[in-house]
Amino acid sequence: MTTVIALGVVAGALASGVSVFYAALGEVVGQRAGIVNLGIEGVMLVGAATSFAVTAVTGNVLLGLAAGAGSGLAFNLILGLLVVTRRTNQLASGLALWFLGGGASTLIGLSYTGTHIDGLGEVRLPGSGLLPAEWSRVIDQDVLVYLALPAALAVTWLLWRTRWGLHLRAVGEDRMAAFAAGLNPSRLQYQALAIAGALYGLGGAQLALAYTKTWQEGMTAGRGFVAVVIVIFALWRPLRTIAGALLFGGAVALGLQLQVRGLPVSPFLLDMLPYLLTLLVVLIFGRPKAFAVPMGLREVFGGTAK
Amino acid sequence: MAQAAAVFRAPWAGGYRRLPPFVRETLRWIGWLAVALGLYTLLLLAYGRDPVQAYSDILSSTLGSTYGISEVLVKMIPIVLCALAVAIPARVGLVNVGAEGQLFVGALGATWATLAFPSLPGWILLPLSAASGFVAAGAWAGVCGLLRARGWLNEVFSTMLLNYLAVLVVDYLIFGPWRDPTSSNYPQSRLFPAAGWLPTLAGTRVTVFLFVAVACVAAFALVIAYTRWGLEIRAIGGNPEAARRNGVSITRYLVILMIIGGGLAGLAGMGEVAGLHHRLNPGVSSYYGYTGFLVSWLAGHRAALIPVMAFVMAVLASGGDILQITQGLPYAAVTLLMALILFVVLAARARKGAKSQ
Amino acid sequence: MSGPLLSLRQVTKRFPGVLANDRVDFDAYGGEIHALLGENGAGKSTLMKVAYGYYPKDGGEVWLDGRELDLKSPADARRAGIGMVFQSFTLIPAFTAAENIALYLPHLDLMPNVEVIEKEIRDRAVAFGLEVDPRAVVGMMAAGQQQKVEILKLLLAGARVLIFDEPTSVLPPHEIENLFAVFRRLKQAGFAVVFITHKLHEVLECADRITVMRRGAVTGSISGREATEDALLKMMFGGGAVEARRAQPPVAAEPAPALNLEELSSGGAGLPLREINLEVRRGEIVGVAGVSGNGQRELGDVVLGLLPITAGRKWLFGEDVTGWSVARLRQAGVAYVAENPGYMAVAPGLTLAENFAVTSPRAYQLAGGLRVDWARVSADMRRAYGALEIEAPDPGLRAGALSGGNLQRFSLARELGRKPRVIVAVYPTRGLDARTANHAENLLLAARSEGAAVLLMSQDLDELFSLSDRLVVLRSGRIVGRSRPQETTQIEVGRLMTGGG
Repeated sequence: MTTVIALGVVAGALASGVSVFYAALGEVVGQRAGIVNLGIEGVMLVGAATSFAVTAVTGNVLLGLAAGAGSGLAFNLILGLLVVTRRTNQLASGLALWFLGGGASTLIGLSYTGTHIDGLGEVRLPGSGLLPAEWSRVIDQDVLVYLALPAALAVTWLLWRTRWGLHLRAVGEDRMAAFAAGLNPSRLQYQALAIAGALYGLGGAQLALAYTKTWQEGMTAGRGFVAVVIVIFALWRPLRTIAGALLFGGAVALGLQLQVRGLPVSPFLLDMLPYLLTLLVVLIFGRPKAFAVPMGLREVFGGTAK
Repeated sequence: MAQAAAVFRAPWAGGYRRLPPFVRETLRWIGWLAVALGLYTLLLLAYGRDPVQAYSDILSSTLGSTYGISEVLVKMIPIVLCALAVAIPARVGLVNVGAEGQLFVGALGATWATLAFPSLPGWILLPLSAASGFVAAGAWAGVCGLLRARGWLNEVFSTMLLNYLAVLVVDYLIFGPWRDPTSSNYPQSRLFPAAGWLPTLAGTRVTVFLFVAVACVAAFALVIAYTRWGLEIRAIGGNPEAARRNGVSITRYLVILMIIGGGLAGLAGMGEVAGLHHRLNPGVSSYYGYTGFLVSWLAGHRAALIPVMAFVMAVLASGGDILQITQGLPYAAVTLLMALILFVVLAARARKGAKSQ
Repeated sequence: MSGPLLSLRQVTKRFPGVLANDRVDFDAYGGEIHALLGENGAGKSTLMKVAYGYYPKDGGEVWLDGRELDLKSPADARRAGIGMVFQSFTLIPAFTAAENIALYLPHLDLMPNVEVIEKEIRDRAVAFGLEVDPRAVVGMMAAGQQQKVEILKLLLAGARVLIFDEPTSVLPPHEIENLFAVFRRLKQAGFAVVFITHKLHEVLECADRITVMRRGAVTGSISGREATEDALLKMMFGGGAVEARRAQPPVAAEPAPALNLEELSSGGAGLPLREINLEVRRGEIVGVAGVSGNGQRELGDVVLGLLPITAGRKWLFGEDVTGWSVARLRQAGVAYVAENPGYMAVAPGLTLAENFAVTSPRAYQLAGGLRVDWARVSADMRRAYGALEIEAPDPGLRAGALSGGNLQRFSLARELGRKPRVIVAVYPTRGLDARTANHAENLLLAARSEGAAVLLMSQDLDELFSLSDRLVVLRSGRIVGRSRPQETTQIEVGRLMTGGG
């Protein structure tokens, strides 16, 4: 029995955590460039709505995924107008982006609420049919789950093995120093926002096309904010966001499993698990050791207190 | 040639600069609003809606009748209180994103007090209920202030995540222990005793909380402008480094202002359950906490502008309800417009602040 | 011998109210270690920052290897072959040594081959004695290691002129030896090494040529072999005696000193103070001499109550005030005159009256804090200005509207006009024009003759000698010398400040 529950939690953690993972991965890129985006929630929603609408219209789920990533990219660049070009307060601007995305996604998804799509199917690995059902459920995941690790590796490579990554991280550490070294910080930040936006959009698309296979207003339910917190927990390292996302996904899945198994606890209390866990995790890991946090973020979070 | 250009430009530039600051500010606002509305018009057109019809629907439904205006006031009350919940901590540099959750917790606290002491007379029960809502939400927010003051966790994350928790706590109670046994279909708490209902004004749904909101705005303005605490708050907001050397205790203000801010959002929650719904239900807030955030940032956290911005947002919010009926547009269509306005204003204002950033 | 590698002709640089470089000529040759010597504020750093393109010059020319340069930014200078190591390093602490160096490479591949860069770093490191681990995170390195990374950064970027701003100030003694060894190897390889310093023995130990600056101009340039300590000191500080401006001390035979620091050590950010013993009596100015960054600001912050005291005691008129808050100390009569008041003392968006009241808000509150007695604030502000014999500006004016000099006057009026018992003045005249600076000095003297105890930090020895009753010398957070101005010389104090003799 416990094995069955455990396997159910693992399967659910993968499925429900992967959207948060892509968002957090994008946010690693953004924050490495010195931009904290509190509007991820909005970008994810736009990505989810667009991908769902395109899939529903064309019936082509890959086209839907591409639309999700593309709309996220374009939408996230709006933030650049504010925080890069106009140098506005990042936190307030991000929240404005969230509201904007919330409204825009509702309009985009307007005529698709309740629409049925086949969505993104599971990848059938050869031999998974031979396993017992509860085991095959763990490995029968959509393609974005399987792409998570390569994506994290790719971002790691991009940030730490290329000239562009070196320059981007320099901007995030110290905009003035990067400028003094002859770089163009604004252009690099826009590029980071573009990549981050595409990943947020992909996360939203996974949610709509694979996890729920529906479109619903505000369906991200705080995943965008959780992603920001996971980045802190992950110490701004792409691979560690996988662990953070699994933790969040695991808490979601655990709550669902316990509900399904008829645990006499209110589902609402179980739904709190992921948020409580996220808070707890950031309280414990939220004060990283020296040099882990990009120095450029200090002025964003600095405010008044020391 | 150059001279001709100068002559051509002079009346414009000079004329604008000669206007009194108040008029200039108003003109600027109208300009920003026009840009936002222009963008929104394009969007409506792209969506195949008639923008003129939409705008006239919004205006006629809200400002075209006494009832419309009264409904705008109904929405203004919680929006103003939530804007204060954001603006007050913002004066010392705190970003409170949690007014929505604080409103829910305030509603919860007020409901608890009202249902726990149903036999008390109204003149005791209502203040008790308000105090309970204020204290519950103040403590809820105060934790975030304390975490920030200690340097443990930035208040943006704590207040935001607590929003989701607050909604779930309320859901848990009204689906569970507090559920009204007589209403089997709809999850909500028992109806408040009549003593726990806020009095309303002459046949409208506007409650006496209108005066509470006005008093809170006035108190905020007066405290900031005239008191010693206001002086110290402005000193921290103006230059924390100097304030520290001048002997102002910054950490104390971080916690206290967060408590007061959260408490006011809680008061908004109390006003909703005791004034409109007369019970606790999931629809206690129509994004008032988030709208309040927009209002506070639009107003630059200044007391005088908060009612003005809250009025604009309340008109849009009321209009949003109408657009659902007349144009088949979801409520989110107006949140889009609200966000557009904030976008334009943030971008336009930054011109001045870009250097200090 | 061919012509100079780096040549500055008639370089002039002005800052608001200050002439930092006045038609300065300077030559540095390849294969030479050239020391640029002078007091703080003599204009050495400014001159070199002009050569590095960091400051645009107001006049003159910069030549490199017989070509005049048009420097718009440090990037231009680096491209031409001039590199500079600043006093506070420009490294990114979170990056590894190799990453920091790669960031400055003029031709970096799209996908940099880390091994190649690391190998190049190691090669140079071996050649010049600059061993660092290319993969180590710079922020975790000691200052000496970081300095090596800075030098490697310049070498790999192709610099031929290497300028160092106070390179030894961050190093412990044994590493200074290593640095000089590096200098010698660089010299043998034909580089021009320019280093800015005010430490005599270093100059005498390692420089081939010494140029001395004083008050923005070059006072002389001699070869290292001919130089003697006395000759250099005379060029640095001038020969003229400084007239004492203090009157006879008021006869104040108080048993307890106004301020007494006893075996005091401090924590917190910045340089820790170690076992400070210091008494300041009523009617006395105690001057604190020291090269900036040796604990002066920390000393002021400790007295004000901002920095935590980790050991020892602080007494105010015989009362133990070790753990007191800033507000409480201010209430007890401690005043603080800061450098850069726009950042350290005043909120620019608030009015002068508001800035005036905020250091003692409780004193002006009415009805338990519900009102502030602005009439009294304005009156007190006018009185404070009056006591200092300055015309008071409108109390309703925004502080940000005042110029730097007037802002410092406001700060002085606020802090001194209330008749404080103890005054901490940290670089009170830094950045002020001569007239305002003179005025500030007179105000401190007036406060002293009215019985205040004054602790004065300054980088200007003339100022310290003319105002102080007693002098202490601070170096690396410790007091390394005590004397009276009339019993010592600027040369002697300079020696203590710089750790010589």
